[in-house]
Amino acid sequence: MNQKAILYLALLAFGIAVPFMFPAYKLQISIMWILVVLSLTWDVQGGQMGYNTFGNIMFFGLGMYICSSFQIGIFFPLAEWTASGGEKTFIHTPTQFFQGFFIGIIFAGIIPALVAAIIGYGILGLRGHYFAICTLGLAIAAGELAGGIELVGAGQGMTSPPWPKNIGDTELRSEFFYYICFVLMISTFLFLRWAYTTRFGLVLNAIRDNEDKAEAMGINTMRYKISGWVVSAFFVGIAGGLMGNMIGYIEPVETAFAGRTFGVFMVVMAILGGKGTLWGPVIGAIAFHIFKEGFWTFFLGWQYVALGALIVIVVIFFPEGIMGWLREKYPDRFGEVIDEEDRKAQVELK
Amino acid sequence: MNILKKIFSFFVSISLVLFFTLPIQSKVVGDTIVLGAAVSLTGKYSTNGEHTKNGYNMAVQRINDMGGVTVGGKSYKLDIIYYDDESDSGRAAQLAERLIKQDGVQFMLGPYSSGLTKAMAPVTEENQIPMVEANGASRSLFTKGYKYLFAVLSAANQYLEVAIDLAVEKNGGNPVNIAMAFEQDAFSQDVRIGVVEAAERTGSTIIIDDKLPKELNDMAATLAKVKATKPDVLVVSGHSKGALTAIRQIAEMKVDVPMLAMTHCDASKLAKQHGKNAEYALCAAQWHKTLSYSDSFFGDGQQFDKEFTDLYGYAPPYQAAESAAALLVYKAAFEQADSFDKEKVRDALAQTDMQTFYGNIKFSDAGQNIAKPMVLFQVRCEGDECANRVVAPTKWASHELVHPTPSWSTR
Amino acid sequence: MDFLIFQIPILMVQASIDGILLGILFALIAYGMALQWGVMNIINIAQGELVILGGYIAYFMYVIGIHPAFGIIVSPIIMYFVGWSLYKLVINRVVDRDLFISILATFGISILTQQLMNFAFGSDVVIAQSNFGTTMLFNYMVTIPNSKLFAAVVSIIFAILLVLYMRRSKLGRAIRATAQNPRAAKILGVDTEKVYAATFGINAALCGVAGSLIAITFTLHPYVGLPYTVRSFMIVIIAGLGNLPGVALSGMGLGVFEEFSDYIFGTEFRIAAVFLLLVFILVYRRFKLSRKREYLK
Repeated sequence: MNQKAILYLALLAFGIAVPFMFPAYKLQISIMWILVVLSLTWDVQGGQMGYNTFGNIMFFGLGMYICSSFQIGIFFPLAEWTASGGEKTFIHTPTQFFQGFFIGIIFAGIIPALVAAIIGYGILGLRGHYFAICTLGLAIAAGELAGGIELVGAGQGMTSPPWPKNIGDTELRSEFFYYICFVLMISTFLFLRWAYTTRFGLVLNAIRDNEDKAEAMGINTMRYKISGWVVSAFFVGIAGGLMGNMIGYIEPVETAFAGRTFGVFMVVMAILGGKGTLWGPVIGAIAFHIFKEGFWTFFLGWQYVALGALIVIVVIFFPEGIMGWLREKYPDRFGEVIDEEDRKAQVELK
Repeated sequence: MNILKKIFSFFVSISLVLFFTLPIQSKVVGDTIVLGAAVSLTGKYSTNGEHTKNGYNMAVQRINDMGGVTVGGKSYKLDIIYYDDESDSGRAAQLAERLIKQDGVQFMLGPYSSGLTKAMAPVTEENQIPMVEANGASRSLFTKGYKYLFAVLSAANQYLEVAIDLAVEKNGGNPVNIAMAFEQDAFSQDVRIGVVEAAERTGSTIIIDDKLPKELNDMAATLAKVKATKPDVLVVSGHSKGALTAIRQIAEMKVDVPMLAMTHCDASKLAKQHGKNAEYALCAAQWHKTLSYSDSFFGDGQQFDKEFTDLYGYAPPYQAAESAAALLVYKAAFEQADSFDKEKVRDALAQTDMQTFYGNIKFSDAGQNIAKPMVLFQVRCEGDECANRVVAPTKWASHELVHPTPSWSTR
Repeated sequence: MDFLIFQIPILMVQASIDGILLGILFALIAYGMALQWGVMNIINIAQGELVILGGYIAYFMYVIGIHPAFGIIVSPIIMYFVGWSLYKLVINRVVDRDLFISILATFGISILTQQLMNFAFGSDVVIAQSNFGTTMLFNYMVTIPNSKLFAAVVSIIFAILLVLYMRRSKLGRAIRATAQNPRAAKILGVDTEKVYAATFGINAALCGVAGSLIAITFTLHPYVGLPYTVRSFMIVIIAGLGNLPGVALSGMGLGVFEEFSDYIFGTEFRIAAVFLLLVFILVYRRFKLSRKREYLK
């Protein structure tokens, strides 16, 4: 057992113990894990591949709608559930609820991944800021479209199935969702950790550093770009499905295609933590969530001023994020050796 | 591996932070009853959120000044924990959970707008926390079988039904042609259902049925269609922005419709901002200061209006009045239940039957206030001074309805 | 889908006129964006917020009793200094960096500005009355609000003035030189820092003009900035940088597209149609470019 393994185990134990240690914070921490997933998957594009996307929130909303639609649609007529005014109320039995939930979650991952694969060829061919703005447009258009489709409640929004009444109390519900979120976070992290050690990770970095050169070296960059996006879409979609169930109410532009909140947060978190690193997005998301939940209630009304200022300050003064700052400060701990003589020589040259 | 140690110590410090801020079970602290509310202090609903908050605060102050709430022979003061829901339904749901789980709140007050109430209701319901809300009118709130949700206001589908009935009546009882434009949000779409039902009931035809996106500030296309098809009634609902945009463009495009019915006229200060252009617009509202209701806390509507204006420097829109009424309902329920047990308070709430300055309040099984009718204003001008005048129901009407609206060439 | 517009053809005239007038206004905002993009290589997400801020200046003139149309003179002067100080505070730190940094930084500014506007003016929707009346055409079937006509005329005048200024004045020449090659301009004695600040100021001033026009034609509230940003971005992409007639044309095209999609797809999909058009144009452009790249190969 080396030190690293002990650390991972300790973190795992911490994650598992949370519901018992802090029962009141279960939802809060579940959302934190969701945010970690969002920022980790954003980093696949934004950090590792150098494709700054504003559009990953689209998969989040898609997953949310798909998950709930499946949960409802398998057992009841969806159109009647979402009919404006909601005349009829259907109650899921526990079996129906869990069957529906797992089927919904699976599709909430698969369908966004498929969508990413299909539109990827067109969208990922764009470079730089064109890509950024195009994905921004996609995300907003998706929200507006969802707000116009009657089947999913249009602007009324839709409610996701409530937790079945006759099994356990609300504590059980939050524990259930907590562990699912935790498992999702762990699997996303481990998957990406593994993926970054393979050829896939190297190609992504090559694309970031110089895409034309990578192409010239005979790498089919498009294939890797698309698969990166598919991976992100898959995990983000599941996160969306979970979030829809936890919140209980899906509103097209506020909870589902929530560009103004989660869409921005995922970028800020990844950059805050340090993009292009594995741990950066995780640390960024956790720090951001704690900052947000801890301090926003004291600002009452000034949060968005604080958020705006935070973005500007981070982007201008700490574009490398927390991890970058640590790296600068303690290079040896990142396995980097600095030749003092050489550094001095360079400083003199400047 | 020191960096990993750093990360680890980071986690430890988080847990410490969380640990030291563990919740206090604070439903009743000392002699204070703590209520929880998430209202919009930022974002698109922040003005209406402010009205809601002011209504709550004024009622709390008044109740505390007049001896507080007496439970079990002891007098308690009321207090409210506020959070800012940022006009965002996702955030509202999180905050509801936070109020209940972390702050230990046992009694909730509603946020502003139907959408946000819809987001919070599943949470309060699941935790079996009573919520008295004053600003969520959407009918779907009352068809889900919620047991802990009580609304002091009339449901959204009732807003403009009266207007359609009026139009049919003025048309000699014959069906009318209706053009409508509703914003894509929970509230306006519910108003739409009411209009659609009224149209079916009276055999009227809907010739234009537009849904406005939330970001819209241009209704020229809808109005051009209205102009071309000449309906008898034009119905518009889209919060303040919809009301202001509609009046501006109707005046500019000289659209002549015999009846124009809308919502949110007083929240958008239509009469003040548009003056004569807004004249003859019909508006649905939950409350008006001239209604003859009264209670022992605020007196009647006129008095509430005056005191609110003295305190906050502007005349209370109905959002403030209904919010204040929510607190009166809570006080009565606490005293009726004579306990802070949330089940008992819920049952007491369900049996509420009282009059406040805002109107009669009596909840149906679904938690909807069924004792209070909607009122209909018409914007009327005397010289350059325009104001909202009650035209229906006839019991309180101060002015006669002008119908049809004079055409633009004669105005 | 709704085909009322084909049944009543006069609506097409109305839609086209509305669209063109709307488009000219968009084009003015887009021109500011093209200017700063071309000169400083910055994409300003806060463009829409600058517009709204300019609108509030006109609104306040209206509140204190001055006709809001004078906003087109006062607002750009104030906004020039707002833009200039914004440059000195933030933008100068992102000029030479990655484009994405400028997108994010201005995005932060946009969130911050929205909230500050909310504090300063409330989230109420406000309007300024111009009382310009209406022009009727075709036997009262087509109406043109004079305020929209006024907006279009003012936009055109300002655009022409700016073009002349760019051609004739010393600063204009310096700006054009910097846009072509900042390094060479610097060597030849152009104070690029000053040029950048002026460019950003001019852009903000244009937004101020557009904002005060929006105050008298549409409605204002702190959170409607983003659609203006996105539309101006779209117009610039279609037209290309430094192509003023192109900007004007594509602005009008966008306006007409919006009005027609409102009639045809239904009002609820109007905004979605605009954003999808943006995606479509970008993707089309990418395929066109990649084909060109293949020829080169």
